[in-house]
Amino acid sequence: MVPTLNGRIQTRIAVLAVVGGLWTLLITPLLPDGAPLSASYRATFQILLLAIGLGVLWELLYHFIQQFRWEKDWPTFLGLVTVVNEGLLIWILIKTTDVGPDVGFGSFLLHFLTVWIVVWLIVNGPMRIPFVRWRFLGGRLI
Amino acid sequence: MSTDNIVLPGSMDPAEPDVRPTPQLGDLNQFLIDTHVWTDEMLQQAGIPIVDTPFVTIGGGIGSFVTTDYLRICGVPASAITVLTNLEVPWSSYEYLTRVSQIPRRERLRSDSASTPDNIWGFPSYAVREAIAAKSVKGFLDPLWSVLTEPFLRDYYTPKAGQAFESMEREYHRIGYPQCVRKGQVRMVRRRYGGGYFTILTPPAGAAPTRRIAYRSQFVHVAVGYPGLKLLPDLQRFREQYRDPGRVVNAYEPHEHVYEQLARRPGTVIIRGGGIVASRVLQRLIDDRDRYRLQTRVLHIFRTYISGAHGPNIFMRRKGGDGWAYQGFNYPKSVWGGQLKAKMRKLEGAERATEYKLMGGTNTPVRRLWQSQLKRGRAEGWYQTLTGEVTEMLPGQGQSVVANVKAAQGFVQATADFVIDCTGLEADIREHRLLADLLDHSGAGRNPVGRLDVERTFELRGTRSGNGRLYASGSATLGGYFPGVDTFLGLQIAALEIVDDLAALGFCQRLGVGRSIKQWWLWARHRPI
Repeated sequence: MVPTLNGRIQTRIAVLAVVGGLWTLLITPLLPDGAPLSASYRATFQILLLAIGLGVLWELLYHFIQQFRWEKDWPTFLGLVTVVNEGLLIWILIKTTDVGPDVGFGSFLLHFLTVWIVVWLIVNGPMRIPFVRWRFLGGRLI
Repeated sequence: MSTDNIVLPGSMDPAEPDVRPTPQLGDLNQFLIDTHVWTDEMLQQAGIPIVDTPFVTIGGGIGSFVTTDYLRICGVPASAITVLTNLEVPWSSYEYLTRVSQIPRRERLRSDSASTPDNIWGFPSYAVREAIAAKSVKGFLDPLWSVLTEPFLRDYYTPKAGQAFESMEREYHRIGYPQCVRKGQVRMVRRRYGGGYFTILTPPAGAAPTRRIAYRSQFVHVAVGYPGLKLLPDLQRFREQYRDPGRVVNAYEPHEHVYEQLARRPGTVIIRGGGIVASRVLQRLIDDRDRYRLQTRVLHIFRTYISGAHGPNIFMRRKGGDGWAYQGFNYPKSVWGGQLKAKMRKLEGAERATEYKLMGGTNTPVRRLWQSQLKRGRAEGWYQTLTGEVTEMLPGQGQSVVANVKAAQGFVQATADFVIDCTGLEADIREHRLLADLLDHSGAGRNPVGRLDVERTFELRGTRSGNGRLYASGSATLGGYFPGVDTFLGLQIAALEIVDDLAALGFCQRLGVGRSIKQWWLWARHRPI
């Protein structure tokens, strides 16, 4: 990918909200948390919201790091492995502060990791089917 | 008009006279040649038949192909598009250049996985398609792993030339491209009094009753490829002076005889240039050396030797070493869609020219195979480099060639059996007859780096004619608001800008979300449009 800062932020919000939201709707009933479905949904959507909110801040850092790359690109691999730092931060936040829900590690991992992979797969291909200019605009949708 | 350009498929014969001594039926006359804007009556008086068509694209290479493809996707019928060309198929010229410069169909291009001229969406990418078509688990995983871990664990993934040509051929038939094609050489485009343009085609001898045919259209697109490729001036002088075309060759000319002779007896080759073509030619020489146990020696002359990372500051440092500047593709990757594309779009004049200079310069990708081959060559002493400027080429003893080089350590004389010019020196746009005519008669001008000046929409600035529009894309427009014009993805981006502009003018549908999904679905099932 060759994002601009504006494009990064727009893509982050739109794809996590829409694709991540749909995936969260589908996967939440399958999570091994034993909680009532309404509580599970509240928890997973709070995590998704955190991924969007904190993600915008992460994008600022990624954009800065990108400036050291001659190509000013953001290789596919980086888009995948940043699941580690982002997931870790959210996990630490929900375990050490009042921010976010109280969920088990297994449920969190299954939800967060699958959302990440689905979003990453969409952004690296099918996204271009409806939005043919998106990749030429640094990831901007509007 | 220069006649020393390398002959490419479909290139124009510069010696072809405009007006024959004995007047021919339906030919140009001096009055037409001298007049900037033509009326319908002027052509009728000259006896040149007029063919009406809404859209003309000139060149018939990959630039014309992607533009036609996108117009078809945006709802324009094939009958409304006329492709004027000398080429057999859109990839003829490109395939010729890649083949002679040592990228046959089985070898990999220098192009991104999602730069797919057969597919506006870039999905599925070449890597995914290569994986799907694989016949083994390794064959399936390898391209996917490559594209996933590039450029850290693997080199940048690039498709095989054959894959690009075969996929273009499928799309060529899907969109009914052959029915748009009219064969011949385009001599000129002139503005028409009342709006639109006349494009003058010289059909092949005997193919039409008149020497010229005029295509009257509202829209014209010029995509003629390289204005011309040239030998370095000192090599050209050697050829002309000593009438020896076989010892000194350009990598873009057929030069199989060099490899054949080196296979018969040991020899030394001088390589000029530090780009991708030099890399490919070196690979061929070293592959042959290994395969046939040859004793080939290589002297690589760099005019500018890059010894390490270079650039004005830590935010603009390109990797380099051993003489080469390293870069994945022709330009930094973000010119095709990211930061640099957005930045260049805003720059004008000298500022833009400076930015081109910063990101330009000859460069080649880092490929592990090439690194290891040259490392071995340096260690074993059969690959050597010399930095300097070649001042003169002379014939040496026997069949050899001597290069006088002005190097940092003083004058050096280097002797070799062959010299391969890999510099890819491009001719000025004026050396292309059609482009020269646009400059002289149709209001076209030059951009800050001296090529055709196009708007952000790729409309050729200064050539508007009533409700008509004249567009240009490809190598001839390098230096505009978008830098990567002379690449697959660059031609695609230009085509999308042109088609968007035409949609705004009401000539075709805009490629919105609904149409895009529907058209992709047609593409995926290989359904004709």
